Amino acid sequence: MIELNLHKKLSTPAGEMDLHFECVLKAGSLTTIYGPSGAGKTSVLRMLAGLMQPDSGVIKVNNQTWFDASKGINLKPQKREVGFVFQDYALFPNMSVRENLEYALATKKETKVIDELIELMELGSLEKRRPDTLSGGQKQRVALARSIVRKPEILMLDEPLSALDQSMRSKLQDYILQIHKEYSPTMLLVSHEMGEVFKLSDEVVVLERGSIKQQGPPSLLFASRQVSGKFQFTGEILNIQKEDIIYIISVLIGNNLVKVAADEREVVKLAVGDKVLVASKAFNPIIQKIG
Amino acid sequence: MEWGPIILTFKLAFITTAILLVVSIPIAYWLASTKNRFKPVLETLVSMPLVLPPTVLGFYLLVAFSPSLFLGRFLNEWFGLKLVFSFEGLVIASIIYSLPFMVHPIQSGFANLPSSLVEASSVLGKSRIITLFKVLLPNIKPSLLTGLVLAFAHTIGEFGVVLMIGGNIPDKTKVASIAIYDEVESLNYASANAYSFILFAVTFAVLLAVYLFNGGYMKRFLK
Repeated sequence: MIELNLHKKLSTPAGEMDLHFECVLKAGSLTTIYGPSGAGKTSVLRMLAGLMQPDSGVIKVNNQTWFDASKGINLKPQKREVGFVFQDYALFPNMSVRENLEYALATKKETKVIDELIELMELGSLEKRRPDTLSGGQKQRVALARSIVRKPEILMLDEPLSALDQSMRSKLQDYILQIHKEYSPTMLLVSHEMGEVFKLSDEVVVLERGSIKQQGPPSLLFASRQVSGKFQFTGEILNIQKEDIIYIISVLIGNNLVKVAADEREVVKLAVGDKVLVASKAFNPIIQKIG
Repeated sequence: MEWGPIILTFKLAFITTAILLVVSIPIAYWLASTKNRFKPVLETLVSMPLVLPPTVLGFYLLVAFSPSLFLGRFLNEWFGLKLVFSFEGLVIASIIYSLPFMVHPIQSGFANLPSSLVEASSVLGKSRIITLFKVLLPNIKPSLLTGLVLAFAHTIGEFGVVLMIGGNIPDKTKVASIAIYDEVESLNYASANAYSFILFAVTFAVLLAVYLFNGGYMKRFLK
């Protein structure tokens, strides 16, 4: 169990912001911190990893204190058993894929873990390549594998998939789930992608301007707030167009463009760029195999 | 022409460069990673030899190392080091004089590496020293090479500092640049030309090698 109580004054482009994050993570759970950019999500991860020092608060992992401002305890990142996947992957350019993984070993002899991870993440054919010759998705897989070599208690992923396209994303989400299944670390993920949150996490913490707005399972938070539809998707509004007396709203769901009709009262509340839930009930969807 | 001054010049340059490499890496690393408020002071001190007339530097070193004053006497009595008009003194002076040429490229090399590399390494349980040798230094090889070569070439070209603190003692402090001046003074243009040509050719070759290596041309040739 991981208990977090973090306070930190952050200076952001929008001025000073008080970050206050109080949360308990169950061992082996997969929690997502969800929120707009600049909400302080990455800072939470960095404080848990020991890369940033909170102004005050406590971090306790399995009853072991990692940080306690009042007692002056602050474990170095080296002493905390965490894995961290950086947004820019942070692969070491001077080492091959295999050497990047081996670097993470505490002693040089445990190469079994490396072979296992190379197999699990399907990196066999890339083993000898340098990071600068890899694609974004491949780098991501290496970074993910490297973060788990030491079998950390906590694995943190900072917007792991934001730089990848949709199809690559869903594939990598599977890899993340596989890592979680195989090694069951407590995972903490930062994301602003609703689909990702749904697919990956047991628990969501919604962070806005430095404070927690909501917390709970994703289905409870995002989906069934007012709608009890059987058929529902989340997407982003790309365009709102007036046609005669109704409005046509174009919504991007995954990588499909969907047009939804709406009347004036509904449109007032919506704007381009909004995240929306598209739901429907009382008719039978038709399912057809393609290709 | 004698080979003495040429040999002495390269001996001085090699020793100076080797010591500078060891000294500059920690300084450059500290400068690149610190937010300390004294950083500008150290940065200024490191950069001073770039703009200060060599004679000024040489003059103060001469005064500081003079056996009749505290530092010079202390070094002489405790370590038997005589730094005025000696080869050891030349090495110390050259290290100070060429310091920015070694520190600046290495510092900017460190500063250009993404900070996530250091963070990733520390999250993976590695100490700062291991991170420095296994991750940072291997990734700034071009900067290291640039620093090495600039410091080496700059030491070869030294004149003012050497003249002030070393004088003109054959096989001890008479380096090639001094020898050239000496030969011209005594209207010996042929030997002055010989010394000059060697320095010219060596400096050209060394710098060319760096540009070839750092530009990746070498790899193409070797393929």
